[in-house]
Amino acid sequence: MEIKLKLNGKLIAGQAEADTVLLDFLRERGCFSVKRGCDTSNCGLCTVLMDGKPILSCATLAVRAEGHEIDTLEGLQEEASAFVGFIADQGADQCGFCNPGFVMNTIALLRENPDPTDDEIRAFLAGNLCRCSGYDGQLRGIRAFLDSRRG
Amino acid sequence: MEQKTYKTVGKSFRKKDSMQLLTGKPVYVDDVTPQNALVVKILRSPHANALVQEIKTDTAKKVPGVVDIYTWQDVPQTRFAIAGQTYPEPSPYDRLIIDRHIRFVGDVVAIVAAETEKAARKAMKLIKVKYEVLEAVLDFHTAKDNPILVHPEADWFPPCEVGGDNRRNLVASEVSSYGDVDAVMADCDIVLDRTYHTKAFNQAMMEPFICYTELDRYGRLHVVSSTQIVFHTRRILSRALGIPKSRIRVEKPRIGGGFGAKQTAVCDVYPAFVTMKTGRPAKISYTREEAQIAGSPRHEMEIRVRLGASKEGKIRAMDLYTLSNTGAYGEHGPTTVGLSGHKSIPLYTGSLEAHRFSYDVVYTNLQAAGAYRGYGATQGIFAVESAVNELAEMLGMDPTVIRDKNMVKEGMVMPAYYGESANACALDRCMEHCRRMFGWEERYPVRDMGNGKVRCAGVAMAMQGSCISNVDVGSATVKLSEDGTYNLIIGAADMGTGCDTILAQMVAECMDCELDDVAVFGADTDASPYDSGSYASSTTYITGKAVEKACTQLKDQIRAIAAEMLGCEKDAVVFERGRVRRIDTDQTVSLTDIAYKTQLGATLPAEATATHSSPVSPPPYMVGMVEIELDKLTGLVTILDYMAVVDCGIPINPALARIQTEGGIVQGIGHTLMENVTYDHRGRPIENSFLQYKLPTRLDMGRLRVEFEHSCEPTGPFGAKSIGEIVINTPAPAIAHAIYRATGVWHRELPITPEKVAMSLPEQK
Amino acid sequence: MITIQKYVRAQSLEEAWTLNQKRQNRILGGMLWLRLGKGSVNTAIDLCGLGLDTIEEDEEAYRIGAMVTLRQLELHEGLNAYTRGAVRNAVKDIVGVQFRNMATVGGSIWGRFGFSDVLTVFLGLDAYVELYKGGIVPLEEFAAMKKDNDLLLRLIVKKTPAGIVYTAMRNQRTDLPVITCAVSRVGGEYRACIGARPARAMVIRDENGLLSGGINADSAKAFAEYAAEKAPTEGNVRGSAAYRSHLIGVLTQRAALELGGI
Repeated sequence: MEIKLKLNGKLIAGQAEADTVLLDFLRERGCFSVKRGCDTSNCGLCTVLMDGKPILSCATLAVRAEGHEIDTLEGLQEEASAFVGFIADQGADQCGFCNPGFVMNTIALLRENPDPTDDEIRAFLAGNLCRCSGYDGQLRGIRAFLDSRRG
Repeated sequence: MEQKTYKTVGKSFRKKDSMQLLTGKPVYVDDVTPQNALVVKILRSPHANALVQEIKTDTAKKVPGVVDIYTWQDVPQTRFAIAGQTYPEPSPYDRLIIDRHIRFVGDVVAIVAAETEKAARKAMKLIKVKYEVLEAVLDFHTAKDNPILVHPEADWFPPCEVGGDNRRNLVASEVSSYGDVDAVMADCDIVLDRTYHTKAFNQAMMEPFICYTELDRYGRLHVVSSTQIVFHTRRILSRALGIPKSRIRVEKPRIGGGFGAKQTAVCDVYPAFVTMKTGRPAKISYTREEAQIAGSPRHEMEIRVRLGASKEGKIRAMDLYTLSNTGAYGEHGPTTVGLSGHKSIPLYTGSLEAHRFSYDVVYTNLQAAGAYRGYGATQGIFAVESAVNELAEMLGMDPTVIRDKNMVKEGMVMPAYYGESANACALDRCMEHCRRMFGWEERYPVRDMGNGKVRCAGVAMAMQGSCISNVDVGSATVKLSEDGTYNLIIGAADMGTGCDTILAQMVAECMDCELDDVAVFGADTDASPYDSGSYASSTTYITGKAVEKACTQLKDQIRAIAAEMLGCEKDAVVFERGRVRRIDTDQTVSLTDIAYKTQLGATLPAEATATHSSPVSPPPYMVGMVEIELDKLTGLVTILDYMAVVDCGIPINPALARIQTEGGIVQGIGHTLMENVTYDHRGRPIENSFLQYKLPTRLDMGRLRVEFEHSCEPTGPFGAKSIGEIVINTPAPAIAHAIYRATGVWHRELPITPEKVAMSLPEQK
Repeated sequence: MITIQKYVRAQSLEEAWTLNQKRQNRILGGMLWLRLGKGSVNTAIDLCGLGLDTIEEDEEAYRIGAMVTLRQLELHEGLNAYTRGAVRNAVKDIVGVQFRNMATVGGSIWGRFGFSDVLTVFLGLDAYVELYKGGIVPLEEFAAMKKDNDLLLRLIVKKTPAGIVYTAMRNQRTDLPVITCAVSRVGGEYRACIGARPARAMVIRDENGLLSGGINADSAKAFAEYAAEKAPTEGNVRGSAAYRSHLIGVLTQRAALELGGI
């Protein structure tokens, strides 16, 4: 069936079968930042924003996105670039495969709570697994960004 | 220790690819290869040991979109190994692309090639297989000399003599010793005899196994794979498919994590086979379930430690026996096991009078094991460090003090480590530093927090190697460009660790330029100079040295070209930042001019390739201390604080070295407390997804603190040793120690789940 | 992965109900375990356009639409004030924010999953479900019912004077629980709700009046022992029956003490 949605600010129409998941629909449209990591809704790699809220695109039917706004990291480059350099400074990007999902959820966090505590950061990002970094470098990066904003 | 200061080396730079990664650019296999390649799926066995009696694919082949389906009848009959190791591999040639004999739940029964994933899945359901189900070997204790043979085939072939015998389910076996262990043991006041058990933990890198293959414009097999080992993969494919190496090109783009999993060519052979059969581009992308059940996890090991000591706490003798479970195929079986002794026993070189180390590596009908960060050392160190903690607690000695008395120190010859000398060893300083920073004196005693909760601490030491001595080869090509910048070309594989950046830092240091002036390319068998690959903690140490050598050669060549331009002998000029200067006249030529000169009627290239190997494998060392809070009623162990001090020689990029350490510690925490690997009575794996196989989240790891004690390794680039693997080794023994402190119970099997903690307490029995 | 032939965004409850009478059709919840399933669905029925995604509060009750997400529960001030954070505590460790933005109350309750934190916490309150055909049914009764083809429209939580404490044991912080436990006093009646046994949550009432004299160290212990005895447990990959029974005692006692302000 044909679905219409707003992808990264642009209205698009596309064909999706009833059981096409949003992740595949997005990758087919060049949104390669969206990664598949688990199939069981546990890893957070496929995080995108639907109407501003972080969701797992591997467990969302593409047809369910009909009439909604979807943002992927391709569309939020500027918002991401405000803080990702601080994570790079820590070397915490590592293999990078979890980065897009983690960055998307961090964007969602910072929109909802612009000045989170360390514990609030950990709690909000708990659904984003990372096997390389041990998480602490990611936290230091976000903390350094928040501190820099405070001046 | 006196330390040289460098401009680029020893400084924390961002990884060269970091902004690409953090902004989600398409850099991984699935992103950079066509989306319309044939989808390759594998029909996997539901049985642990079976023969395919009959397989019918005709109905399945009729599914629209299915291109072909291959069974055991369709594949070459040459056995091969998929372990990424230098030829001749210690791992046995025990695989076929598809074997009629199915050896574990998840083994390959058929390969499906289809236009879409949906068509492939549909076809898989329609393949009819009749199995002759055989009794399986599921308990590795009973594998050796079991009448049921995992590999009864006549053409089983070990390229190296490692003591294996497929008629005994034995992949490898060895005994080595130093001194008269039995005599020293008999003379000891205390002999501790303990057995420890570790599981087949999964690397669980975020990007599962993936490989794309096509025929390139010359009709050669072009392989784009998420791999740590491009050259080994080329050799493996050549043997498995029976095509010459000149007809194969293997490259890797960015890799979404490896940790050793991708040191085995787990999936490459399947799309390669499909492309060779159909001539069409093909891609295989393992699901997480496939990566969990048919990947290449850690070797399960059971290690018996006999430790002889005086009542004053002198550790005099050690006798280790390791039983290692390689699963259904022998990848890395003969080699991982060696580290369980060779990289644990030498920690006590300071006092050991004699040691013995023996092992058996056995086949079972379970998922084949492979290489995982730590590579056997992790298992051995859990056993030896736990035994030393048990000894200290038995003697009532501070476990850090008993280590002070017995540990290896700089300058010592290590009989248990191939007779190598500890040329650079700051283990004693690591211990002192960690004790002080962690506040050991205050945290080691058990403190009652009320409501059934106690706090206390545990400790462990670790070592690893840096490369496989006399085996690993690293190479680097460094080229000067017209604007005075450089290209570095390597065959080592950056899998997120940052080796591209670290090696570029070395170029910048050697060539006295900015890090941004060095572009890095790797790895591609057509373009890169030979490198055994990124594993065995070898890239910084081996390939780094090759980079250093290549830079020395390149500078020499640049000077030769410049001398010609300046009309003098090579010895009359010096290489300076951005230019070459004639000493007597102070005339200079810029690197730009020199580079252009090499493009104009030149006979000398401004590029150099160097190769390096090492007769030694200098160990990095580490001390880890953990503070936990343990809930005696629920058994929940909460990590409060993990302090690590690492001696990796000179860290080339301290930020990246720190992240390596933090990442390794959190993986170790996972293995110790929550990651489990179990099978049902038919050999079916239970933890086959991230729903069941629980990695630590950022709420599970407490506070991490990492510091470094420098030593200067004379054989390493800029004094560097390795860091990638050692960092995973301390959590298990340190946390097990802390749990003993809290409960009075030693847990000798991983993981130590809350249930095990709670139900082992005397009041629960 | 479940295969789906057709997707329908229902325009009315009647349409959804009618479609749902066919055995091969299925109502969509949060779809979190879509890829875990192996079955095939003819028509997937989506209730997302029917205004069931709000929490309405009046003087008597909270009316929680079936499509309300767990994240909405977590952030709802009124509900969390009424339960003193027990609802938030029950959902906050469920995988992650993204998961909780998708998982629905309807899906959690309708699924009657053994491991459900959501079912456990609401069993501890004066809660009901509103079914399209079946009307209003006490949650406890619904939890014991077999799945049928009705539609779950709302969860209704009456503002009966209540105190509730929620706790659960997890082997890893965001894993499925080994045991869930809510201890509450609803309209003067004490209950322990125990889930992940691993069977679905059940309500254990203080039938012997162990807490009738108030909560103190002894009565909490006695009630916890009673709960552990009354709640059958079994073993699975997350814990043995014996460990679960042990945990029921520990968690019930702790929750009861907390409920008693001790």
